Amino acid sequence: MKINENLAISESGFLFNPTTGESFTVNPIGAEIIELLKEGKTDGQITEMLLKTYQIDSQTLQKDLHDFNDILKQHQLLEPNE
Amino acid sequence: MEKKHYERPHIIKLETGMPGKFGMRNDSPPTTHIDGVAVKELVAGYGSPLFVISESTTRSVYRKAYKAFSTRYPKVQFAWSYKTNYLSAVCNIFHQEGSWAEVVSGFEYDKAVANGVDPAKIIFNGPGKSTEDLRKAAENGSLIHIDHLDELYTLTDLTGELTRKPLVAIRVNMDTGIYPMWDRFGFNYENGQAWDAINKIMMSGKLELVGLHTHIGTFIMSAGAYGIAASKLADLALGIKQKFNHDIRYIDMGGGFTSKNTLKGSYLPGSDTNPSFDDYAEAITSALVNSGFKPDNLPLLILETGRALIDEAGYIITTVIANKRLSTGRRATIIDAGVNLLFTSFWYQHPVTPAQGFSQYREENALYGPLCMNIDCVRDSITLPLLNKGEQLVIHYTGAYNLTQWMQFITLRPKVVLIDQDSKTHIIRESESVTSVSGFEKTPDYLNIIK
Repeated sequence: MKINENLAISESGFLFNPTTGESFTVNPIGAEIIELLKEGKTDGQITEMLLKTYQIDSQTLQKDLHDFNDILKQHQLLEPNE
Repeated sequence: MEKKHYERPHIIKLETGMPGKFGMRNDSPPTTHIDGVAVKELVAGYGSPLFVISESTTRSVYRKAYKAFSTRYPKVQFAWSYKTNYLSAVCNIFHQEGSWAEVVSGFEYDKAVANGVDPAKIIFNGPGKSTEDLRKAAENGSLIHIDHLDELYTLTDLTGELTRKPLVAIRVNMDTGIYPMWDRFGFNYENGQAWDAINKIMMSGKLELVGLHTHIGTFIMSAGAYGIAASKLADLALGIKQKFNHDIRYIDMGGGFTSKNTLKGSYLPGSDTNPSFDDYAEAITSALVNSGFKPDNLPLLILETGRALIDEAGYIITTVIANKRLSTGRRATIIDAGVNLLFTSFWYQHPVTPAQGFSQYREENALYGPLCMNIDCVRDSITLPLLNKGEQLVIHYTGAYNLTQWMQFITLRPKVVLIDQDSKTHIIRESESVTSVSGFEKTPDYLNIIK
């Protein structure tokens, strides 16, 4: 799965999906993750980067990232790899 | 470099459509302190979950209620409803403020006496008084509120053995224009049962009829119903004066006032829509003053208000055990206080606030307790910040009925802490241990052997 590269995301966390016309609000760490996904970073790389930046343990972060991925899929913001 | 505060990633789809007519603010200002004591400090000192009672709020709400009535009527007396919260520390705050005691069982009666209440200032209500309860209350000069004819006959029979004439009132139920009409307590006004009981008491000459009582229901959102009830009791009292030339000393309007809680299914918060003490006081005192009582011979007005006096002073501090998703993708949060501690979550949408500051992001949650029971749901749907495991929430308006109806079910009950008026904390009930439960058990010897 990879993130839909056409997603437009503003600094304030407003996210627009031009494919479906749907809009979302995303919090700062969520926006950061989406940007990293757009850059093509893997889950492992994202985890490593966030662990360096935030006061959080690896287990909780991985659990939350997994959950966030599921929600991105549910909103069809992740696309199957070609 | 210092690491940044972590908030879990969150995305929510923006839905357009008609705004809800009853749309409310869903941000929750954090409750970091209760009466000047940090919630984190309370949890560190006493554990989680934790019941907290604010003495300052208890006293200020009582004074507000007393003022609402005493500024409108010259003779007002509150009687603390033990079943609402019978922790002795709580009862004694009300007794210090001047409240009598209102009890509904032999156990509660003994508790009030042990708390130092003058037995003449104990009102004994309830449908389940035993013969021994009646004997004790009558000998002590307590005010016995007769619920049914069987009790009336039992008490009348007892008078041969008593050294003093029992002081009694009758409990009267009536139509006050609200639904449901409570008719299970006492004698009915409309069908003549009340007069039948009054006649029996007055004709026997063995009991001293000192009062009339009613308890029209619970969480009554219409103050006007109390006005109707007060008029009907005044009518009975004046009828007794006319027929028997006997003065009724007091009219007891029972309990049933709302607190600030919001009933399940309500659109608007109870703190905005429920009647105030002034509303109830205006309805009741107007009815009494406008009835036919002579101004210099008004009966004492007794109020057995429980919930409305203590709900606001009670808090439960609880900790997030886990976050999960339900099958539909809805967020569910599991906390360490469930319906075992918060019995009233079956009735109310208790306000819940975080105990620490959060960003502006919010998520709709189902809030579940820790019990392995499907019914253990504290809030079906509540919008909360993005909580992490180990963070605290504060549940509000929990002072009424929870500390009497809580269950030792699946887990043990926690400490109850009182914050006094100087912001000092006192444990007023210890947490339970395994032995406080199993200590009452007796296992036959042959069942103590497990191979």
